[in-house]
Amino acid sequence: MEATTTTVGPAGTGWHPQALVRRLRNGDAIAHTVTLIFAASILLITVLLVSQLWIHSAPSRAKFGWNFLHTSTWDPVFDNYGALPFLYGTVVTTLVSLVIAVPLGLGAAIFLAELAPPKLSAGLSYVIDLLAAVPSVIYGLLAIFTLVPFMSKTVEPFLKKTLGDLPFFKGPTYGVGFLTAGLVLSVMIVPFIVSVSREVLLSVPADQREAALSLGATRWETTWKVVVPYARSGIMGSVFLSMARALGETMAVTMVIGNTPQISASLFSPGYTIAAVIANEFTEATGDMYLSALIELGLVLFLLTFILNGVAQLMIMLSERRGGGGQRG
Amino acid sequence: MKKILFAVALCLGVAGVLAADNPVQLNAAGASFPYPIYSKWFDEYHKLHPEVQINYQSIGSGGGIRQLIARTVDFGASDGPMTDQQLQQAGFKILHFPTVLGAAVPMYNVAGAPDSLKFTQKALAGIFLGTITRWNDPEIANANPGVSLPANDIVVVHRSDGSGTTYIWTDFLSKVSDEWKNKVGTNSSVNWPVGLGGKGSEGVSGLVKQTPNSIGYVELIYALQNNIPFGVVQNASGTFVKASLAGVSEAAASVAKNMPDDFRVSITNAPGKTAYPISSFTWLLIPAQIQDAGKREIIKGFLKWMLTDGQGYCEGLYYSKLPAPVVAKETKAISLIQ
Repeated sequence: MEATTTTVGPAGTGWHPQALVRRLRNGDAIAHTVTLIFAASILLITVLLVSQLWIHSAPSRAKFGWNFLHTSTWDPVFDNYGALPFLYGTVVTTLVSLVIAVPLGLGAAIFLAELAPPKLSAGLSYVIDLLAAVPSVIYGLLAIFTLVPFMSKTVEPFLKKTLGDLPFFKGPTYGVGFLTAGLVLSVMIVPFIVSVSREVLLSVPADQREAALSLGATRWETTWKVVVPYARSGIMGSVFLSMARALGETMAVTMVIGNTPQISASLFSPGYTIAAVIANEFTEATGDMYLSALIELGLVLFLLTFILNGVAQLMIMLSERRGGGGQRG
Repeated sequence: MKKILFAVALCLGVAGVLAADNPVQLNAAGASFPYPIYSKWFDEYHKLHPEVQINYQSIGSGGGIRQLIARTVDFGASDGPMTDQQLQQAGFKILHFPTVLGAAVPMYNVAGAPDSLKFTQKALAGIFLGTITRWNDPEIANANPGVSLPANDIVVVHRSDGSGTTYIWTDFLSKVSDEWKNKVGTNSSVNWPVGLGGKGSEGVSGLVKQTPNSIGYVELIYALQNNIPFGVVQNASGTFVKASLAGVSEAAASVAKNMPDDFRVSITNAPGKTAYPISSFTWLLIPAQIQDAGKREIIKGFLKWMLTDGQGYCEGLYYSKLPAPVVAKETKAISLIQ
């Protein structure tokens, strides 16, 4: 008799014991709790990561303060550290890679989504996804043995001859440097841009295309003026995803960038990125200040990525508000 | 359900069999330069004493020192001796035991230059400081009469990753050039005045091979194994010595008389007539007090074996052996481990 009576607590609180038990037996509540725990744990890991970077970089932050961000010396012998050349190198190589990869990737995605026959599109997409699966060390090795001599003997002298007046193409052509590193990075991030943009373009509703065509637009006009703007936020998302990858890429970059902490306008000159210097020097760093400076570099890279991703989200939000993509009246 | 139970039972059974041996496991970590010979030694020692298992992780000298100070490993290994500051930080006494010798050699890519180009001490310092900028500079040309060197700019290549090889190279340059010592200093990673950085010996040799008019430095072992032609360096007594396994051992022998008891010594620019000037020890870092009697005896036993039979494996892997006076001194020092 007693077993079947359940007291119902006041609606909405559910803290009454029997009501709680009933809620727990409800699958929805379990799913809610479990997925909440997963999401919270990812957030927790990020917070722990940043706190560890913060704590272990304390000696270096105390010694250098804000000067760390705008001085250029990196001297492990006299314990004098500054992050500027590495910040510069990271930003420049990422910029070069985006300048090369975005038009290439977007163009390929447009072709695969809009203009290619379906079978060709599926096959090529598969091959491009394979490019994303190649380990970065392989890219680095290939680059150092094939790309670097090609750059130093053919491409860079050619650029120097034709565009040598610009400050970007001056100086000796070693083959290793910002340009080569940017090129390798662009090959590594193109697959991300292509595969995500292609998916987004394919998901543009057919009625948008049909409406444009019925108004007299050519095939290209439909693609460029209707479909691509509709998919704009997804495409931008893919670009920023690849930018995040390019910012943190280590092995391939360190093999072809020349590993010289210097700031130079010329794309031919060797440079250094934050990820490359950490990978190169972390294992042998013996001094406490040295280690702390390297960890502070890691913190700087994290903050850079965080800020750029924030800007990305902002731009995507603004573009969505302006129109294109999603349900709007 | 039965299948799961069977799988669990099988795993437990296998684990039990493996654990039945009950070997004593020692953990070590440190320098990557001597990793090939250390792993050969630990393997051979395990064959001789099956109950002993030494596990070595080549995480780099810096890592080795840090792990030893944190006492997460039983002993460490380093290409450079620990500084006074690090020894103080450790809080317990640490003994240094040299194991093998290594060397760094200059490799270059100059059209028309012979295989064994001669470099004076001033030449090397000037090139790496950036004060000597062309290949036909008198400092280089005068040491190589009869060789026509081009008037091209020298492209310097150095190691981008922290390494014992850089430590040896910069230690040598600090000894032969006051300007280098004051401006740059000695460390496994320095603020290079000029040059491109290559990752690892492979990176440096790759860059040098591909860049005309370049010069870099690599480990002697690497150069010998890959048949890379390398230059000849002038030593402290004025002789031009081409690096060889014997010449490197000679560098250690010629300073053995005045070697400090803790073995923390730099043997670059050694005085011997046939000594190769850019050589160095690599050390095992052993705590002076080891509580566990079993581990203590194993470490002492291994050190004794390393100083006698172990040295026999050096030549095959292109490492230089410890000279006899150093071996004798070390054998005595083993008794300091309590």
